[in-house]
Amino acid sequence: MKSAFCLQAVTKRYPAREKAPGFALGPLNLSLPGGCILGLIGENGAGKTTTLKMMLGLTRKSGGHIELLGRPAGDETTRAHIGAVLDGVCFPGEMNARQVGRMLEKLYPSWRMGAWQMWCRRFQLPEEKKIAAYSKGMQQKLMLAAAFSHDSRLLLLDEATSGLDPVARDELLDTLRDFVSDENHSVLLSSHLVEDVQKVCDYVALLHRGQLLFCEEKDRLLESFALVQGPKDVLMQLSNRRGLRENAFGATALVPRTQVPSGLIWQPAGLEDIMLYTLRGDHHERTAV
Amino acid sequence: MQIYIQNTGETPIYEQIVSQIKAQILSGALQEGDALPSMRTLAKELRISVITTKRAYEELEKQGYVRSITGKGSFVAPKNLELIREENLRQIEDAMQRIVSLAAPCGLSLEDLMHMLTFFAKGEDV
Repeated sequence: MKSAFCLQAVTKRYPAREKAPGFALGPLNLSLPGGCILGLIGENGAGKTTTLKMMLGLTRKSGGHIELLGRPAGDETTRAHIGAVLDGVCFPGEMNARQVGRMLEKLYPSWRMGAWQMWCRRFQLPEEKKIAAYSKGMQQKLMLAAAFSHDSRLLLLDEATSGLDPVARDELLDTLRDFVSDENHSVLLSSHLVEDVQKVCDYVALLHRGQLLFCEEKDRLLESFALVQGPKDVLMQLSNRRGLRENAFGATALVPRTQVPSGLIWQPAGLEDIMLYTLRGDHHERTAV
Repeated sequence: MQIYIQNTGETPIYEQIVSQIKAQILSGALQEGDALPSMRTLAKELRISVITTKRAYEELEKQGYVRSITGKGSFVAPKNLELIREENLRQIEDAMQRIVSLAAPCGLSLEDLMHMLTFFAKGEDV
């Protein structure tokens, strides 16, 4: 399989300033086979948006190499085939959908007006309404419609589902599944909504404080962990545990499924469990006083 | 062809696909030469990862139930009696293992079990 993108030793350094502490991202090594969807998850400030912006050339990287669709990032021949939806980036507020379509037609040689009109209809975006009057969800749909209308082969979506209601989110996930119908169409999706990532992604990467903690096939990841419950002292002896949560009546730990002690109750761990236990380590359940 | 996926996480998804397609081949619902859906179609319809459907098909091919022809797709392999024998043998062994572990706590002797099995094999009630 051809790779959709490849990041090699990519770094970003923000020096510490008077009020803001410094931040370092990477070195990141991350790649995605064509025809797949990768979900990038992590807390606020983990570096998800910075990673996407570096891929799009909107933020200058401090080091490393980025390849998109087999060409170095920023390459003119591939630029038209990369679609992006970023939070808060939108078109001029006084324009309406029809005008945006005409503007983008001039910007993208690969623009397909028929597709644009179809997506605007499908997303129920009124042609004449000014974008300034759009809700957040509508703005996101408008940007998605644009990304789908210029023959994109790689979609970079930053929190693209977060402004949508559950039905619209589900429709969008279906749209993404349709989009990756062959090996030439791929998606990188960053999201807080781990549930959406678990539903739609082929691969999952967890970013934490600028470092990549893992990037794995989603189904293999879900198969390999279990949440096991038992007395804290028993669970503490499981050296391969990723994290442990304790309450007044017992404890729960995230452990490899192969190492669940016999006789203890266990259940499959979801992506959210894996993320939370990995990031929070061993901790007490906070109880309301 | 019918496939039902349980997303509870207890049985890996690729295993669910493998066992259901295998069962349909063994029962004759899927015949030699029948085309299986493409991995992408199966993934899209079941809303699962294409990596997982690929893994399932590879496993079916490895076990000899399916053969893949590059550019054409995956097809049910010719019926292999040896393979069916192996599979049935494996299931019989599993069942016997269960019989033995169920018999122990209620004090049934090997002789009792043999008697019961003889009755069943002859088609009579115990």
